Amino acid sequence: MSNVPPRVVIVDDHAIFRSGVRAELEGLVEVLAEAETVAEALQVIPEAQPDVVLLDVHMPGGGGVQVIREVTKVRPDQRFLALSVSDAAEDVIAIVRAGARGYVTKTITGEELADAVRRVKDGDAVFSPRLAGFVLDAFAGELPAEAVDPELDQLTTREREVLRYIARGYLYKEIAHKLSISAKTVEAHVSSVLRKLQLSNRHELSRWAVRRRLVD
Amino acid sequence: MKARVDTGPLIAGFALVATGALLLAREEGAVALEGWWLAAALLAATCVVLVASASGARGSWRISTGIALLALSLLLVLRELGIWWSDALIWPVVLAAFGVALLWRLTRPAAVDAAEPPADGARAAPSRRRDARRASLTSFGVALVLGAALLFLWANGALAGGGDVALAALVLGLALALVLAPVWWRLAGNLSRERAERIRSQERAEMGAHLHDSVLQTLAMMRQRSGDPADVERLARRQERELRAWLSGNGEPRPDERLADALRAAAEQVEDSYQTPIETVVVGDRPLDERLEALVAATREALTNAAKFAAEGGPIRLYAEIDDDRARAFVDDRGQGFDPTTVPEDRRGLRESIVGRMERHGGHAEIRSEPGAGTEVELTLEGTLR
Repeated sequence: MSNVPPRVVIVDDHAIFRSGVRAELEGLVEVLAEAETVAEALQVIPEAQPDVVLLDVHMPGGGGVQVIREVTKVRPDQRFLALSVSDAAEDVIAIVRAGARGYVTKTITGEELADAVRRVKDGDAVFSPRLAGFVLDAFAGELPAEAVDPELDQLTTREREVLRYIARGYLYKEIAHKLSISAKTVEAHVSSVLRKLQLSNRHELSRWAVRRRLVD
Repeated sequence: MKARVDTGPLIAGFALVATGALLLAREEGAVALEGWWLAAALLAATCVVLVASASGARGSWRISTGIALLALSLLLVLRELGIWWSDALIWPVVLAAFGVALLWRLTRPAAVDAAEPPADGARAAPSRRRDARRASLTSFGVALVLGAALLFLWANGALAGGGDVALAALVLGLALALVLAPVWWRLAGNLSRERAERIRSQERAEMGAHLHDSVLQTLAMMRQRSGDPADVERLARRQERELRAWLSGNGEPRPDERLADALRAAAEQVEDSYQTPIETVVVGDRPLDERLEALVAATREALTNAAKFAAEGGPIRLYAEIDDDRARAFVDDRGQGFDPTTVPEDRRGLRESIVGRMERHGGHAEIRSEPGAGTEVELTLEGTLR
């Protein structure tokens, strides 16, 4: 972790939330620019070249998924952190599958958010308790053995354990302590889960969550 | 329809009685009657009574048949009384009576609205089906009346030698239909567009009403109580929950039936009673049963304990994982913690309501706490729960 504050662009269609996030991040993160629409985001992000884009899940004109798709054409290494008040599982999973490296809720404190931004900047994944719950749900249930690619379609026992602790609201270092592993290992597990979530062809990954009525 | 007297059986009954009386009169030689007509009338009346008493029968059909029969009976009576022109009158009149009765019933608007209870969401589809049925019934009625008129004309010889006239009329009628078809088509289109517009504005009104009842009211209350941050926070949380549930479109939560909803409801209750935030994540779901209700009760107790003694350490967290052969709930806090071995025997909450309750229902509770390091409560129900 470097001492230079991460530079971010905030993309959200609500001015009140942009200014709220900006105020929360005051002194912790350098906010380069804000964008209100998908089109504006496509213009602002390549110009500002931020470390991390803070992205609202729901936006008119295609939503956060559209922003990720378009921006990565120009800046393939751009990192995104999804941010939202409250969403259905399928929307959250869709934006993570599109390429966001994490998802946090807007009720998060400024310090936690700044920490999440730093982790995303460093290439780690950031799972809120809610996202951990969604992922556990999406990977729940048995698949026919021949349809499963164990590399991608199943979580390991350890990964499940880590996710469960995240869903219970524990911080990475607390989880590391509980499982007697290093915080780096915890992060490696979370990144591995993120990779599976993004690449798995597990059928109906998002529909699982819908069917099981996971909206919280 | 419920409040109205069902007229179908009444009319049919009257027809039956009338023909029966005729039969009796003939038996006694008071009137001379051609048995053929009477038999037909009697048979028809009996059919109608049967149809009328069958529960699945449609009201329009029943009543129309009754009316037709009534007309037949009246004609027979008139014929017997000597007020008569020609036997060729009978079938056209009966047919026409049937058709007209059908049309009258269909054009009465009250019948439509009373037949369909006001539904909200599922309104469009049934009403379209109903419209289609009405349209086909209407054309059937019109065809009957026209057919009756033609039959009458033909029977009276008015059409004899008038083949050219009939052809001309037919062609004229077709031409008229072709001319009127677009108008009718557009009218139908307008109607359905109007209906769509009405449904849309109804939805908008509903949403407006909902936002007014919930969000606006809450905002007004928050302004009133802006001096009390705890109160404002409680109001905001409650509103957020409510709005979130509404937006998710999953319908009303069913805490009496579903374990996930019951756990969320328990967390909300504790959150409201102690004005302390609780973060809830539930994975999976299953229908509630007696054992799972015990799990919910023990969870509520654990949450209450945390809210009472450990709220200063940040939000309390409830995480539940439910699958087919196990249900687990975790309640974690970052409060001051305690030494579980030194808890007094009389602390009912912990010993009775959590540990005892879980064990009575074949599950178990594990409580891990250290002074200064928060508390974890883990509640487990094993085994196939069904």
